[in-house]
Amino acid sequence: MSIEFIYPEFEVIRNESRCIACRVCERQCANEVHSYDPERGIMVADESKCVNCHRCVALCPTRALKIVKSDCALRENANWPQSTINEIYKQASSGGVLLSSMGNPNPLPVYWDKILINASQVTNPSIDPLREPMETKVCLGKKKQEIRRDENGKLVCEMTPQLELSVPIMFSAMSYGSISYNAHASLARAATELGILYNTGEGGLHEDFYVYGANTIVQVASGRFGVHKDYLEAAAAVEIKMGQGAKPGIGGHLPGAKIVGDVSRTRMIPEGTDAISPAPHHDIYSIEDLRQLVYSLKEATEYKKPVIVKVAAVHNIAAIASGIARSGADIISIDGFRGGTGAAPTRIRNNVGIPIELALASVDQRLREEGIRDNVSLVVGGSIRSSADVVKAVALGADACYIGTAALIALGCHLCRTCHSGKCNWGIATQRPDLVKRLNPDIGSKRLINLVRAWQHEIKELMGGMGINSIEALRGNRLMLRGVGLNEKELQILGISHAGE
Amino acid sequence: MRLEGQVRIPSGCAIAAVISREGRKMSGELITNAMKPMHDRSNGLGGGFAGYGIYPEYKDFYALHMFFDSRESRKECEAFLKERFEIVKSENIPTRKTPAITDEPIIWRYFVTPLKSVLESMQLDEKEFVARTVMKINTGMKNSFVFSSGKNMGTFKAVGFPEDVSEFYRLEEYEGYCWTAHGRYPTNTPGWWGGAHPFTLLDWSIVHNGEISSYDANRRFIEMFGYKCTLKTDTEVITYIMDYLIRVKGLTLDEAANVVAAPFWSTIDSMEDEEEKKKQIFLRTLFPSLLVTGPFSIVLGFSGGLMALNDRLKLRSMVVGEKDDKVFIASEEAAIRTMEPNAENVWAPAGGEAVIVHVKDGCY
Ligand code: SF4
Ligand code: SF4
Repeated sequence: MSIEFIYPEFEVIRNESRCIACRVCERQCANEVHSYDPERGIMVADESKCVNCHRCVALCPTRALKIVKSDCALRENANWPQSTINEIYKQASSGGVLLSSMGNPNPLPVYWDKILINASQVTNPSIDPLREPMETKVCLGKKKQEIRRDENGKLVCEMTPQLELSVPIMFSAMSYGSISYNAHASLARAATELGILYNTGEGGLHEDFYVYGANTIVQVASGRFGVHKDYLEAAAAVEIKMGQGAKPGIGGHLPGAKIVGDVSRTRMIPEGTDAISPAPHHDIYSIEDLRQLVYSLKEATEYKKPVIVKVAAVHNIAAIASGIARSGADIISIDGFRGGTGAAPTRIRNNVGIPIELALASVDQRLREEGIRDNVSLVVGGSIRSSADVVKAVALGADACYIGTAALIALGCHLCRTCHSGKCNWGIATQRPDLVKRLNPDIGSKRLINLVRAWQHEIKELMGGMGINSIEALRGNRLMLRGVGLNEKELQILGISHAGE
Repeated sequence: MRLEGQVRIPSGCAIAAVISREGRKMSGELITNAMKPMHDRSNGLGGGFAGYGIYPEYKDFYALHMFFDSRESRKECEAFLKERFEIVKSENIPTRKTPAITDEPIIWRYFVTPLKSVLESMQLDEKEFVARTVMKINTGMKNSFVFSSGKNMGTFKAVGFPEDVSEFYRLEEYEGYCWTAHGRYPTNTPGWWGGAHPFTLLDWSIVHNGEISSYDANRRFIEMFGYKCTLKTDTEVITYIMDYLIRVKGLTLDEAANVVAAPFWSTIDSMEDEEEKKKQIFLRTLFPSLLVTGPFSIVLGFSGGLMALNDRLKLRSMVVGEKDDKVFIASEEAAIRTMEPNAENVWAPAGGEAVIVHVKDGCY
C-alpha cells in the first residue's frame, strides 16, 4: 500500500448466520463488491468498491447485509475533515479535476426548513379538501396582454400559448444518456397520466417518446444535441438551457462510454464520442442574443409553444431574470445550487451558485417592482424535496416547481452519488442493458404517479388549512409564511416576517 | 402597538346597501336604520357609509373627503392640491357632537377639478391622474388621508358603531339614490379613522364582510400597477382590483366578478355553452392572481349602480330583497326588513353569483 491508500468509506457487514450464499448480492452489484469463495463456501466482499447504493441490502432475501460507515478514521480535525484530505490524495495521484454526482451534499442552509406555513383560526374558516373543491391547476405562460373586443363588444379570447398543469410540479430536465431509456419512459408516461410535463434535457427525444409530446418539454442546450424540426414540433414547450444549478457557468459532459446505440442516434452524434456541450451558447454572448434565439424558436414553432429559459441561480439572478422577462421568453426556470446532476466538477457543484429560496424571492420581488411579473411564469427547482417545499415555493412567488432528484428517488435512486460511473445499480443513471432492465417502466411510472398524487393531496390539505381553495391564490402570498431562526437580512430578502410577528 | 396599515388586522363585519333603479333620492336615515338590528356584528371600532348622488350641485367635481392630524398638515396638503387642482370649494364636513364619537381628526372636503396644464404635461387621463394623486397623498403625506375621491358621491366613516357614525356626520341631511353601509368587528384596536370602511377610490366604494385568504397574492400583484395598499385591508385591495379590471383593463362588471370569484375549473369544464366556456378559461388564465379566496361578501358601489358578490364557496352571509324600484342588500334579512318591511323576492345569491343593479340612464 502507498500514501494514496484510502481506507474504504463503507464496510459491508454480512450476518454469517443468515447468509445462505445464494449469490444474489454478487449478481446485483455492478461494482463487483461481492464474490463467492468456493473453497470456504462463503460470500466475501471487497468493500473498497462499494458506493453504498443499498442494492444488495434491498435484495438480499435473508436480510443478511448492511452497509455502515467505516470507523477507521484519521485523527479528527475540524479544519481538515477526512473527505478533504482524501480529495487531496486523489488529486495528488491523478492530477485531475474531481467529479461528483447529484446535488451539493454539504451542510449549507436549507431555507425551506426555516420557513413555516400559516393556518386559519377563528377569523377565517379553514376549508376541508374532502368536502369542498380544492384547485391545484395552474397555467404557465405570459399573462400580460391587452383586452380586445370585437365589433359586438364580445371579448376576443385569444391568448399567448399556455402550459396547463394539473398540479404545479414538473419533472426537470434529465437527458436520455445521463439516465436510461426506462427512466425516460417512466417519466414520460407518468407526466402524461398526471397531466403535467417532463423535460427531455439536452439529449434529444427518443423516437419512441414522440407520442408523449403533449406532456414533453424539449431542451435546446449549448451543444444543440438532437435538435431538429420534428423535435421542436413534437413538444408542448421548448426550453433553452442557459445554465444548471449544480454547475453554473459550465457546460455538460457525457462520456463516450454512455454514447451507445440509441443514445448516439438520438443525440445525433457518432457512437463513443464524448458529448461535450460548451459552457456558453456560442450564439448567445449577451441578452440581445438570447432574444434572437427565443424568437428563432418561436418562429420555428409558429408562436404556438411557450419558450422557457432555464438559468442557474447565481448572484445577480434578479437582474438576469428581469432581462429574460423582457426577452420574449414566456417562462423563466431557475435552478438552485442544490440541484442534482449526472456529473459535475466537485468544486463547482459545492461552491458556485446560491440557494433557490433566496433566488426565487428576489426574482419574484424584482419582477413585481418592475411591473413585469405577469410577462412570465416562474418555475423553480434545485431542490424541492416535499409537498411542503412546493407550497413554500408557490407562496414565495413560484408558478410551479421542477423536481428531479425527488423523481429519481421515487424510481429507486438511493442517492449513492456515483451516477457519473455509469454503473447505477438501480437502472437509472446507466446505459448498461442488464442494469437498465432493472427499472420496470410500468412500476416506475406508477411510483411517480403515486408520489405526485400524494404531494397533491398534501398540498390541498395545507391550502385548505390556510383557507385557500385555489393554488393561484397562494402564489406570491408571502403573508402565509413566517421564518424561524433567520436574521433580518434573510427575512428581508425572503420578504417574510419572523414567526411571532 | 402598530396602527392599521403597518400591520394586517382581520375583522368580521356587517354590510348593507340600498339603491333605487329609478334614481329616487333617499335620506341617509334609511340605511342608518338598517344597521341597527345588526349592531352585534360590529364592535364599535369602525363604521361608515357611502352615498351616491349626494352632491348634485357639484357633480362635475371630484369630492375629496380628507382626514388631517393638524392644521399644519392641512395647510401643507392644500398647497400640494393647489399645484394640481382647481379647488372650487373647501370646507369642514359638518358634524354633530356625540358622546359616542371621540378623538376626531380634522375632517375636510374639497371639490376639485384637475388643472388642464398638469394633465397635459403628465399625459394622463383625468381619472388616472386623480387616482395617482390620491395614492401619493395616502402613501407620502403622513398626516393627511384622502378617504373619498369620487364625483357626486361621498364616504363618511369613523371609529364607532355605524348608527353613531351616521349621527355624527348628520347623514339624515344628505339625499342619495344609492347608499352602502358598513359596521366593523376588527380583532384589535387600532383606533384609526382611516381604517374604517367603506373604502373608496374615484367613484368606486366597497363595503366588505370577510377575511380573504388570498390577500397578499392579490396585494403584491395589484401593487405592480401603481396602487399602494396603505391600509392592509381586504376592502382596499378589492377596490383596487375592481378599479384595475374595470377602468384600466376595460372588463365589464360581470367579467370582473368572474375574475375575483372565478367559477371552479370543474364547473368551467362542464359548461355546455362553448362561448361562455372560452370566456371563462380566458379570464381565469389571464388574471389568476386576482382570484380572491376565503370568505367575503362585498357591495361595490359606483356611479349609477352597484354590484353585490359573494366568494365562490359562499362563506359569508348575504341576502338580497326588492320592493318597487328599490333593491336591498344586507348581511342579514333583518336589516332589509328594517328598511322595507314588505320587501319581496328575498333570496341569497349563490357563491360567485354577481348581483348587478343599474339606475336607469339619465336618472342619476
Ligand atoms: S455498491 Fe451497492 S450493491 Fe454493491 S455492495 Fe455496495 S451497497 Fe451493495
Ligand atoms: S441515480 Fe443511481 S447512481 Fe445516481 S445516485 Fe441514484 S442510485 Fe446512485
